[in-house]
Amino acid sequence: MNRAVPMIRLTVNGAARPVAADPARRLSDVLREDLGLTGTKVGCDAGDCGACTVLIDGAPVCACLTPAAQAEGCEIRTVEGLSQTAEGGAALGALQRAFLRHGAAQCGICTPGMLMAATALLKEVATPTEDQARAALGGVLCRCTGYGRIIAAVCDAGRDMVGPAPSAGAAVGAALERLDGLPKVDGTEAFGADLWPAGALVVRAVRAPHPAARFVFGDLIDWAGPRQVRVFTAADIAGENRFGVIPPFADQPALAEGEARLRGEAIAIVVGEAEVMATLDLDDFPVIWEPLDPVTDPEAAAGARAVLAARPDNVLTRGRVVQGDAAVGLAGAAHVAEATARTSFVEHAYIEPEAGLAWLEGDVLAIRACTQAPVMDRDDVARVLGLAPGKVRIIPSAVGGGFGSKLDVSLQPLIGLAALKTGRPCRMVYSRTESMQSTTKRHPARMRARIGADASGRICGMDFEGTFDTGAYASWGPTVANRVPVHASGPYRTPNYRAETVAMHTNNPVAGAFRGFGVPQAAVVQEAAYDDLAQALGMDRLAFRRLNALAEGERSVCGQEMRGVGIGACLDALTPRWEAALAEVAEFNAAGGTVKRGIGVASCWYGCGNTALPNPSTVRAGITRDGRLVLHQGATDIGQGSNTVIPQIFADALGVAVAEIALVGPDTFLTPDCGKTSASRQTVVTGNAALRAGWALRAQILARTNRGDDARITLAPGKLLVADRTGTAEIALADLAAGAQGYVLMAEESYDPPTEPLDENGQGVPYAVYGYGAHLAEVAVDMMLGTVKVGRITAAHDLGRVVNPLLALGQIEGGIAQGLGMALMEEYVPGRTENLHDYLIPTTGDMPRIDPILIEVPDPKGPLGAKGLGEHVLIPTAPAILSAIRHASGARVTHLPALPHRVLRAIREAGR
Amino acid sequence: MSAWHRPASLTEAIGLLAEGGVVAAGCTDLFPATRRQALSGPVIDLTRVAEMRGISETRGGWRFGAAVRWSEVLSAALPPAFDGLKAAAREVGSVQIQNAGTLGGNLCNASPAADGVPGLLTLEAEVELAGPAGMRRLPLAAFLAGARRTALAPGEVLVAIHVPSHAAAGRGAFLKLGARRYLVISIAMVAARLVVKGGRIDRAAVAVGACGPVASRLPALEAALAGIAPEDAAAAVSEALVAPALAPIGDVRGDAEYRGVVAVELVRRALRGLAAEGMR
Repeated sequence: MNRAVPMIRLTVNGAARPVAADPARRLSDVLREDLGLTGTKVGCDAGDCGACTVLIDGAPVCACLTPAAQAEGCEIRTVEGLSQTAEGGAALGALQRAFLRHGAAQCGICTPGMLMAATALLKEVATPTEDQARAALGGVLCRCTGYGRIIAAVCDAGRDMVGPAPSAGAAVGAALERLDGLPKVDGTEAFGADLWPAGALVVRAVRAPHPAARFVFGDLIDWAGPRQVRVFTAADIAGENRFGVIPPFADQPALAEGEARLRGEAIAIVVGEAEVMATLDLDDFPVIWEPLDPVTDPEAAAGARAVLAARPDNVLTRGRVVQGDAAVGLAGAAHVAEATARTSFVEHAYIEPEAGLAWLEGDVLAIRACTQAPVMDRDDVARVLGLAPGKVRIIPSAVGGGFGSKLDVSLQPLIGLAALKTGRPCRMVYSRTESMQSTTKRHPARMRARIGADASGRICGMDFEGTFDTGAYASWGPTVANRVPVHASGPYRTPNYRAETVAMHTNNPVAGAFRGFGVPQAAVVQEAAYDDLAQALGMDRLAFRRLNALAEGERSVCGQEMRGVGIGACLDALTPRWEAALAEVAEFNAAGGTVKRGIGVASCWYGCGNTALPNPSTVRAGITRDGRLVLHQGATDIGQGSNTVIPQIFADALGVAVAEIALVGPDTFLTPDCGKTSASRQTVVTGNAALRAGWALRAQILARTNRGDDARITLAPGKLLVADRTGTAEIALADLAAGAQGYVLMAEESYDPPTEPLDENGQGVPYAVYGYGAHLAEVAVDMMLGTVKVGRITAAHDLGRVVNPLLALGQIEGGIAQGLGMALMEEYVPGRTENLHDYLIPTTGDMPRIDPILIEVPDPKGPLGAKGLGEHVLIPTAPAILSAIRHASGARVTHLPALPHRVLRAIREAGR
Repeated sequence: MSAWHRPASLTEAIGLLAEGGVVAAGCTDLFPATRRQALSGPVIDLTRVAEMRGISETRGGWRFGAAVRWSEVLSAALPPAFDGLKAAAREVGSVQIQNAGTLGGNLCNASPAADGVPGLLTLEAEVELAGPAGMRRLPLAAFLAGARRTALAPGEVLVAIHVPSHAAAGRGAFLKLGARRYLVISIAMVAARLVVKGGRIDRAAVAVGACGPVASRLPALEAALAGIAPEDAAAAVSEALVAPALAPIGDVRGDAEYRGVVAVELVRRALRGLAAEGMR
């Protein structure tokens, strides 16, 4: 201690950057904190994710594992150096432009690491093969893209070109580069951890080391005083210490009160100056734990100790959809198949751990953090901290992946509390372990389905039961319990149907929203039973599904008359590859050998938006006096592309080029509520609002100028030009009075998808718009090792109307990557896989060739016919892979993930 | 604030060690073990110790400085006996880890799943240790005392790894089994080296990793392989010749029974691959 801080002579991007720093510090920390080079991202601090990759003397290393001392005297290159021209100016390099052109950056958090690893490769090999690119990027994880666009960009970096920008009225359908892409490739994108004022205090949480335990604090003041920090607990919370995404179920304390109900639950926060917090040891924090017997098995939870006193039987909620009589339908079936499946906790594993900053703007608490749901955050923070919602301002940072988990608040109430109590800006960044321990997961499910078909192969009944482990608090448990029965039939005609679910509390991690809300789990058991039925009937598996696919105007299991039904078209689109692959597989397997190939198919359908509940979006657009067109785009873009897709829809509705639009994001003080980015709702719901806002603004302009519907609108400094066959009219904007929002012309339109409540049997209209899809998976199974290699996936998706094919492809490839991970490797075990080397997500080398097929069966209620896509894309992947494993090897894997030891056991049980 | 020492010589390093401190090289295991942004010191960084650097052919065989990084192993010109070690080098973490992590660190960290160990065991590697009491050499198998345990005495460092000339003969192979392609901890791994003379296996060295607290050689199998044709080697592998040397556990990556089964299969495949290489 008290040793003088030495100067370390770093050379970064060609410039000498001497810095007074502890030589034992991580280089990533020195670059970010001391040199302000926040383009280098930190995802794990353990070398597991590669987000912090920098070049040292040309060689890629993880900056988080590199002590500053070892970088001294070396040439360090970071993402910021990639946009430097030789003359010292700033311009994107060819690789960065290729990333934009190919849609290689979605959320953008892994992009700097990818760019640096690729830069090292391209120095060795100017035009690498895909295999070389995969090997070079194998150490950088991406959770959004499925790597396909990234590999394409790296291999294509030498072929620099610029595509034409679409003209007015031609944006929808164009493969537009993302409009918010530039900062993602030049290192300037500011995620939750990337922006803070000098002198901001640092917040850390004290967390429960046990899944269930009572606790009492020791003398907090005695502990905090000498350490020059402050401690806040539940006793400091002025409001109602309960948050939750569904207000009637809100049950989760921001800081636990006397009892912790899951491992990693926060019980206190410690706040102090950054340099104090950097070395603060929380191991001697004064708390005494009294561990309780944890409830860990959802199927035994009913008779166990109550996790929450308010729910003594540990039942959070039940879901039910009944149509006709399942028992009668099954009794009359020629064939009945029964399938069971068990799935695991799946971690979202976005590369950006939760991070944010809170500060006071007068009497307003402002929070800038990563989120998928700014207005819900505002309301939860206000409730917990005892503020009026209007006194909380949520400014979403760039979000480094969400996939459902960043719908719930995490650190927002904690940094908000710290800022209120100290009056100072307060920042917090979760460690990877904290992020994995304390945030939500995909619900583990134990499911059983019995499905019957008549002699001609038509489904005549289905009975489904599922128990979902919802963990310690409600989160999105009710949504999962309700969505699953609505969707468990799959997109198939199912006349006699009973599906019942229960969400059980345990002391496991909180299960919440994860891309698909339980539907991916349910599809596993339904599609397995379909394979059994096809086999019993002697029918081809694809033909059996096609026979039972829902058709236009038929009714769903909720009794809803379905329109714009694209599942038949999706299955038809797979047929050519299916037939070819069947022949290839037969030929390959006939040659013998320890590797067997197989193919499988599965479908999806998914209702877009809330289940039979309102979920409106409001879009505002205005023109300023100086002629700027501003779109308040409130759909939080977590990488999926709302910042591009919504302007595309709006631009065509107004009749201007996308390039004319200036975006204002979902700051709750600037932009109307577009709801949460979840349930594949933004293209449909916010898209519809944007469409209407565009139309309304156009109507105003045409009415003012008395021009016809086909008039062309041109923005010019201080004026609008509106031309049709009768001539050009001009609106002098400076002559108009600006409204309260600062616009001389403005439109604000809302859209709420029309649904009808479900009755006690789940009958009604749960969603206005559905999307459809089907995957054909081709796999190779090593019969001696139980390993599975997915070689190719053909993915047919009905988007209704393809707004942006480049972004759609990114969604498909990324969804397949998550589906593949769920099928083959992802299993979160509390206390054992709380990092990204024990918890595995797919790398560049695990992804198959993906052949997307985009289908357009317009939805009458979708904007320009468009449907959602984000969640659909991962639903069929796991069941298609499992089907293919079984086809190849006979192995019926019922416990996901299909890790090699489980596959090998199943092969042996199948007697192969 | 920690002191950071970068000794240039072994003498200097041992002198610093006597005063106490954390020994560091590639830091790829040290940083993941702390939640802090800095290592707690004083740190003795061995990456500039002259005696710990470089790969060289010596009179007695080959010498690898303990601070040699995995990427240096990959780019070194080495005889085919080291092909298994090179294959392992390619599987250590990621390119980023291979550019930082060292051979010596891999051994001193003593993970049961250390990728470098099986290959070095088949190369009959010896470790050179230095401390206040002077230098000593140990067979690698004796150095690895258990999971996360080594024979390093207080104040002692691993200076180099030696592969004797007689073990630098023949051809080596390495196979790693994990649940994904890159950046993965082994479920099981196998290294093998065959010396073939006159169409017969003159000497066989086979080792299995991640199937016990430390990787281990398979002496019974090696004896059974001696004298047979390389193309018959895979068929000579049986569970009885492999299992006694292993003590697998079950964990999140796989169960114990599975490890036992796949170890046998991986041994067969490694030998089959070597036989095929020899045919070319």
